[in-house]
Amino acid sequence: MIDFSYTIWILLIPLIVFVVTGLTGNRFKPIVTGIIGTAGLGVVFLLSVITAYKFFFVLDKVGGAFQRLLAFNHTWLHLTDKLHIDIGVLLDPISVMMLIVISTVSFMVHIYSLGYMKGEKGFARFFSILSLFSFSMLGLVIATNIFQMYIFWELVGVSSFLLIGFYYEKDSAVAASKKAFIVTRFADLGFLIGILLLSYTTGTFDFITLTGPNSPAFTSGQGIMFLGMSTMTWSMLFVFMGGAGKSAMFPLHIWLPDAMEGPTPVSALIHAATMVVAGVYLVARMFPIFHHEQSALEIVAWVGGFTSLFAAVIACTQYDIKRVLAYSTMSQIGYMMLALGVSGYGGEDGLGYMASMFHLFTHAFFKALLFLGAGAIIHAVHSNYMNEMGGLRKYLPITHATFLIACLAISGIPPFAGFFSKDEILVAAFHHNKALFAMEYLVAGMTAFYMFRLYFNVFWGQEQHYHHTPHEAPVTMTIPLIILAIGSTFAGFIPFTKLVTSDSLPFESHTEWGIAIPSILIALAGIGIATMLYMKKSDTSKKIATALGGFYTAAYGKFYIDQVYLFITKKILFNYVSRPVAWFDRHIVDGTMNQFAYVTNVVSDRIKGFQSGQLQQYALVFISGVIALALLFIYLWTN
Amino acid sequence: MFEGVPIHWFLVLSTLMFFIGIYGFLVRKNLITMLMSIELILNSVCINFVAFNKILYPGHLEGMFFTLFIIAVAAAEASVAIAIIINIYRRLVNIDVEKMDEMKY
Repeated sequence: MIDFSYTIWILLIPLIVFVVTGLTGNRFKPIVTGIIGTAGLGVVFLLSVITAYKFFFVLDKVGGAFQRLLAFNHTWLHLTDKLHIDIGVLLDPISVMMLIVISTVSFMVHIYSLGYMKGEKGFARFFSILSLFSFSMLGLVIATNIFQMYIFWELVGVSSFLLIGFYYEKDSAVAASKKAFIVTRFADLGFLIGILLLSYTTGTFDFITLTGPNSPAFTSGQGIMFLGMSTMTWSMLFVFMGGAGKSAMFPLHIWLPDAMEGPTPVSALIHAATMVVAGVYLVARMFPIFHHEQSALEIVAWVGGFTSLFAAVIACTQYDIKRVLAYSTMSQIGYMMLALGVSGYGGEDGLGYMASMFHLFTHAFFKALLFLGAGAIIHAVHSNYMNEMGGLRKYLPITHATFLIACLAISGIPPFAGFFSKDEILVAAFHHNKALFAMEYLVAGMTAFYMFRLYFNVFWGQEQHYHHTPHEAPVTMTIPLIILAIGSTFAGFIPFTKLVTSDSLPFESHTEWGIAIPSILIALAGIGIATMLYMKKSDTSKKIATALGGFYTAAYGKFYIDQVYLFITKKILFNYVSRPVAWFDRHIVDGTMNQFAYVTNVVSDRIKGFQSGQLQQYALVFISGVIALALLFIYLWTN
Repeated sequence: MFEGVPIHWFLVLSTLMFFIGIYGFLVRKNLITMLMSIELILNSVCINFVAFNKILYPGHLEGMFFTLFIIAVAAAEASVAIAIIINIYRRLVNIDVEKMDEMKY
């Protein structure tokens, strides 16, 4: 038996760093805070790697399956003997995998930020909040029960809010941070309702009990039906609503593109690699229950599939490079959701589950790389718009090479990481639902197209007139790029079927070339079209856009989802709900209180003359009272 | 002394003194006179103590001791009260109780 209790330090170190740097940030030079934060994350990274090694390769398996370990547990709130809220560390294949993802990307982003954020106002604040985020995200993935997860779920929401609004002097950043917070909070309301329903029907918060083979969730909550679905299905749908909000699934996706107002390293860490996949992780964590509630799982699959298509269409039309990447993130997370949605449970049926986790893993590398690369580009040309860029490959050789690797990886070209994970997802979708499968083929092509549209527009094409000659990023920024590029190249060769599966039992997988080869061809076709249109400056793309007419305009306007939200909130909710509620508050609630105050005021005004300041008047009243009482008692006693 | 004097004589005396004191306290405007009225009230109570002790519990002395206590406390109280009155006089050059109505609404 190996002792894993040290894993609590993975959680505590970022917390300590946050508290220390948050309280003392202004006393030191900013760079000291940066180095403390980075060093702390370095230790966390080492601990995570050691934990993963021990967990996957040293720890004994039980019946061929990886164990689920409670490495640390502390009962925080004791409600009943069955229902108690714990804080602890749960180690199982997916949480250990997530530890690796989060600590790696976070460490890389910390190093990168040392260069990227240099000289910014609030450098210390940035690193301190980054530590807070790392703490919350790590706490989220190692949560032993759904309530602990919810606590950390809200904490990542707060740190995301703080980091999106990092440039708080910019109105757009403030608006974006509020939008992200409100939309995800709204989704978290669903999550909370789901938790309450789930714990009410099953009587426990604990993940090990809930997702074990004899889970109370399989038997309870089935009797009562509402709108044709059982309580358990509803609770799963509400839980998924929380996940959809964090993972920017349609129609709760509107905050993610705006979240790009934050500094680019933040986009790479929070809005590409870690926080936005929390929803996928949540569904994966609850997967046995989802699998038991097939109708909920079906909705997960369709929401994921639709979002991936929807976001890919919008990504083809945007010009802000960070927004293209944001929509691409949405699209890829849609893939992961879809893979979970089409997955079965156990053995090879659990292929979709495995594929989803695999894609989560590889996506973290290449998407973080893409964002960090975009950060290097923005750093060089001081613009977010790809039509103000071009011909940058001569000036930024390292960024160019790593960005190309990431583009190839996300397009699914072998042997880069994205190919393997995306292929598994396509196979899983093929065996489950042909319509979704066809959709994902289309999305695969579009992914290749928009990524290479971005690539060619930035690095090829006509050279623009720049304010000063673009220069390669400093070494603190290029090293993370290179490391992540290595990860994006080789992460696909990790045998995930042996490590992370739905029932923790390893199984054999084999590439189905009948599905893989067409997907490669589709990706190549997408790249080919992008090459034709954007490698040389030409009008063809504009002509196509004009030919598509209304559809292009709608996609360019993000299908007006934001406007729909604004219409619903401003025109309907504000007019027909908020105004009556405000009227009720002002006139009924406040009015009652005002009446109380008014009556008190009038009465006291009338009787204040009693307090005249005349001592003898007081004495007279007092003595009269005493005599009256004495007479009363005499009368009572004599009868 | 006072052998054979009926108890109601003492009670009538003390009641008269008590209400004279009350009357003086309520009616006189001079603070010193009001203080003297209070002494009257205290002394009426003392007479009651002594009389009841003598007639109801002839062998005991509690009533007597209580009276001594009251005299001692009354002396202390009088000195404090006069000190206060002197201070009031220094401030207002007056010891009319009706002029002292600062503590009102």
